[in-house]
Amino acid sequence: MEVKFSNETLALVNKIIKRYPEGKQKSALLPVLHLAQSEFDGWLSTPVMDYVASILSIKPIEVYEVASFYSMYNLEPVGKCLIEVCQTGPCWLRGSDDIVEHLEKKLGIKNGETTSDGMFTLKTVECLGSCGTAPMLQCGADYYENLTNDKVDTLLDKWRTENKRSSYMK
Amino acid sequence: MGKKFLLEHVNVPGIETLKVYREKGGYASVEKALKTMTPDQIVEEVKFSDLRGRGGAGFPTGLKWSFLDKKSDKPRYLVCNADESEPGTFKDRYLMEKIPHILIEGMIVSSYTLGAKTAYIYIRGEYMYVLRILEKAIDEAYAAGFLGKNILGTDFSLDLYVQPGAGAYICGEETALLESLEGKRGNPRLKPPFPAVAGLYACPTVVNNVESIASVPTIINITADKYNDIGIGKSAGTKLISASGHINKPGVYEIELGLPVEEFIYSDEYCGGIWKGRKLKAAVAGGSSVPILPADLLLKTAKGQPRLMTYESMADGGFATGTMLGSGGFIVMDETACIVRNLWTFARFYHHESCGQCSPCREGTGWMEKVLHRIEHGHGKMSDIDLLVDVAKKIEGNTICPLGDAAAWPVASAIRHFREEFEYHVKYPEKVKNPKHFELEPFMSEALLVNS
Repeated sequence: MEVKFSNETLALVNKIIKRYPEGKQKSALLPVLHLAQSEFDGWLSTPVMDYVASILSIKPIEVYEVASFYSMYNLEPVGKCLIEVCQTGPCWLRGSDDIVEHLEKKLGIKNGETTSDGMFTLKTVECLGSCGTAPMLQCGADYYENLTNDKVDTLLDKWRTENKRSSYMK
Repeated sequence: MGKKFLLEHVNVPGIETLKVYREKGGYASVEKALKTMTPDQIVEEVKFSDLRGRGGAGFPTGLKWSFLDKKSDKPRYLVCNADESEPGTFKDRYLMEKIPHILIEGMIVSSYTLGAKTAYIYIRGEYMYVLRILEKAIDEAYAAGFLGKNILGTDFSLDLYVQPGAGAYICGEETALLESLEGKRGNPRLKPPFPAVAGLYACPTVVNNVESIASVPTIINITADKYNDIGIGKSAGTKLISASGHINKPGVYEIELGLPVEEFIYSDEYCGGIWKGRKLKAAVAGGSSVPILPADLLLKTAKGQPRLMTYESMADGGFATGTMLGSGGFIVMDETACIVRNLWTFARFYHHESCGQCSPCREGTGWMEKVLHRIEHGHGKMSDIDLLVDVAKKIEGNTICPLGDAAAWPVASAIRHFREEFEYHVKYPEKVKNPKHFELEPFMSEALLVNS
């Protein structure tokens, strides 16, 4: 499969590059990687990263070193729904451990794993800035807060029915 | 009721739109600043207001502005630090989500003051939905002539963009943020040179927190004189506090600096007391990096004075018996909370977020996480407690940026104030193997807990 952004995304990339001074197009790397991850199945393969490098006229290594530094970029395939549960202190105080345990039980997987049908990946993450509405999880661009086991069940049903790939870019 | 400037209109329907924001007096400071004040006058005004950086460090904002290299003929930049990632802190998210225009208004006035023609808001990638809200508000501001060429018919022009991060706490450190904005890994830079001289693209740059910039319109509107009437001494104005943990009313509150901690925790106007009728055990009062305090030292200083929410009172007693106001991330723990487990989550956080550039931080945070994990899970040794103190000491002050200190302080303070609890974990491994051990049987004696 040829790696190429849609015309719509390419237009957006060109618009983003114009935000920076002439010759500083590397500044677009983080936003463009978000677009790439969203457009190419939720993760950044080597061909995708090489493509991004070519668009921004930078070396592939400049993309690899950035993609591997930031935790929102996936360097391996993930399930259609990437469920990220915050587990840092304030969330833990309000029961995030119980939410993780419940998700593991419901999905039949451990933290970090993907369900065999490829639908869900469960991942614990560090502070998402939602401490006052803990426990919480992020799926795509959306925050789901003040979670209970029941709420989690409803969400899982909803995502299964929608059967859409989660994306930070929506 | 305390005075409110940032959140005064937070409950007004439609306040996220330019129309309603303007109806409530929004953008008045742009008119006043651009048409009646010189940049130098505004710098003096902000200096005189005693506004201090609201991101956590508390450095005087006006003074920071005055460091900007004015002799350089390079372009100047204002960058807003919206990379809010300090555990316990969610005030900037709330402000940007609810009242995006207050930040944009502050960016315009601040950019005019600094002579910046381009400004960026660097927001953590996880807040992508907030980025959309900001972009919508920015479009409205362009359409209304508050951004773009010749703002309000003056010579001043400004372009404002929002840049997403991608999940890295370290990018809240200003030079790491600039690296990230240049499309690189978020490795903090060696200083000097400071960003005021060589920041974004090696040009003179000021990096300010969201809340700091959003406070500028108020200072322009009501004058610095009136602004620093609020608060106590060098803790002037209002501050957003994000309250979380074991309280009845978690959320974001705007307080007048000087509010007693006790009132903040127990008043129905703020946290509404400890949840489930339980007792107060401890709090991390300024974001995960600041020293934890047990209930007695949280409410009163070692001298027996009421502890107030000011930069000075929170720090009273130094790290021996005090803490820091920090980012205003106020994390409250009741009698069932395990200090060791909470600390282990913090250590894991810092290990995960260390950029890896300096060995004391890269290696030390890993060791602290590992040792805390084994103590909390019933595999610790008595010597582990001093080992933690030793590792923390060897990180502190030995790194390029403050992340190392931020990782060391919580460990050092938890052991300083709660050593017995660490010893209990080593002595009773079978008991602590149940993750909810202190919910089953609170550890601290009644005498050390505070009743509501």
